[in-house]
Amino acid sequence: MSDTSTRTDSGASGEAPVTTLATPIRLDYQYTAGLSQSRFLQGIAQGKFIGQRCPVCHQVYVPPRGSCPTDGVATTDPVVLGNTGTVTTYCVVNVPFQGQSIEIPYICAQILLDGANIAFMGLIQELPAAEVRMGMRVEAVWLPKEEWGLTMASVKYFRPNGEPDADYETFKEYL
Amino acid sequence: MSAAPAGRPPVRPVGVVSLAQTKSVRREDHRNEVEMLMPVVTEVFANIGVTKSDMGFVCSGSTDYLVGAPFSFVMALDAVGVWPPMRESHVEMDGAWALYEAWTLLQEGEIDTALVYSFGRSSPSQLDRILALQLDPYYMAPMWPDPVALAALQAQALIDAGKATEKDFAAVAARSRRDALGNPNAQVAKDQSPDELLSDDYVVAPLRRHTLPPITDGVVAMVIAAEGRARELCERPAWITGIDHRIEAHALGARDLTRSPSTRTAAQGAGVFDASGDAPGAVHVDVAELHAPFAHQELILRDALGLADSVAVNPSGGALAANALMVAGLLRIGEAAARIMDGSAQSAIAHATSGPCLQQNLVCAMAADPSAPAGKGA
Repeated sequence: MSDTSTRTDSGASGEAPVTTLATPIRLDYQYTAGLSQSRFLQGIAQGKFIGQRCPVCHQVYVPPRGSCPTDGVATTDPVVLGNTGTVTTYCVVNVPFQGQSIEIPYICAQILLDGANIAFMGLIQELPAAEVRMGMRVEAVWLPKEEWGLTMASVKYFRPNGEPDADYETFKEYL
Repeated sequence: MSAAPAGRPPVRPVGVVSLAQTKSVRREDHRNEVEMLMPVVTEVFANIGVTKSDMGFVCSGSTDYLVGAPFSFVMALDAVGVWPPMRESHVEMDGAWALYEAWTLLQEGEIDTALVYSFGRSSPSQLDRILALQLDPYYMAPMWPDPVALAALQAQALIDAGKATEKDFAAVAARSRRDALGNPNAQVAKDQSPDELLSDDYVVAPLRRHTLPPITDGVVAMVIAAEGRARELCERPAWITGIDHRIEAHALGARDLTRSPSTRTAAQGAGVFDASGDAPGAVHVDVAELHAPFAHQELILRDALGLADSVAVNPSGGALAANALMVAGLLRIGEAAARIMDGSAQSAIAHATSGPCLQQNLVCAMAADPSAPAGKGA
């Protein structure tokens, strides 16, 4: 929600026109994560990525949102995924913006966790930005165990794990 | 095509053939929107033995302001599963307007079925602030007038015009709460006399607690179908004989808050009136489900629609028994349709509203026989 702006012509009195009207708006919410996302976050608090499998198409979604977006059925079967995955695609952020907490340039990547059928967005660190590539194998780097909580911030970032790049054929369906 | 009333184009018979809803609750603590919708969408299909692949169109009504999440309606589609890609649309309005869009598309004759749903969680946000944001953003919204205060202005105007009393408001609330005892999905259901209710404190005078709608989380879904397809899917479709919606000025000061001319015009568009129906109290239908979030608004709507005293108004308990925002209007169409589908009514009028003090109104006339439109004489 942003300020509201308006312009008026100056009146016959010659007064300066009113060009801006500020109407600050703030809204607060009590968010409900939902059953599946709660299970996922509880897994994160224990250092695990927990996805869910669709009973119809058998795809594994992470983070799960409780339904298969293809079949429209509940995904109730939990699947514990590994700590490693593959960069399917990426971008390098070079533009500074307000509130930026990471030094530019940095890498934002779509990461397909091993065993999952959907990629999610993650930060790649410990690698010069110019060296990132599709198919790069990465692993999650977690905060110290005592700092794990019900938040994706428990995962600091992903970094190359040294394995050879994955073959394009293995992730081309997930771009 | 059914015979068209004079001056109105012919209407392709389209009927409501299935309805499913959640039980209305004060706060849904555990499930997110998708998780609330999924079982309802499953049920609305299972009722008539169809799947999503039988739907020619999907249309939903909701607002991102309630959940505080952008494009929450796109995420909600996960409850349907839109693969292969489906023809789909969304209105940032009550689901009744989504049904209007679906009905309009079915009029073109290209498709025969549509899923319509809406979801509304009124509990996560500060409703008073959310609803203030639908007002004029320069002069009104910055003062954060809350919806109860605005409704109280309307109720006071009714009293001052000599059109109603606080006891009339209490009578509406008492009847609605009592009728809600027969509705397993209602949130507020009690048997209390109007006199008992009048001992409530004022929230904003002249409105007492019982004249206000509850804060509700809920979901509703319906399937509508055209002509032969509707007859295949449902023994007694609730045929929509007319539907129309109209809006009034945004500025509350520009309106006579004691009347609802937009409801009246929408009812004309929906074919509710004929020459005899133009007389007050002359519209005879078995059931009217009116979306009156505040008790006094039912009185304004009855008057605008010219309902006869014999009409059963809000047998579900109406919005005073459950008022999930963005859902309650579509649910009025659903509750009215349910009474035609189950054989307890031959004709019905459903109404949905949006905006402060009944600013925008939709009227949907339904009948068990598509050639006998609702409202035409006794």
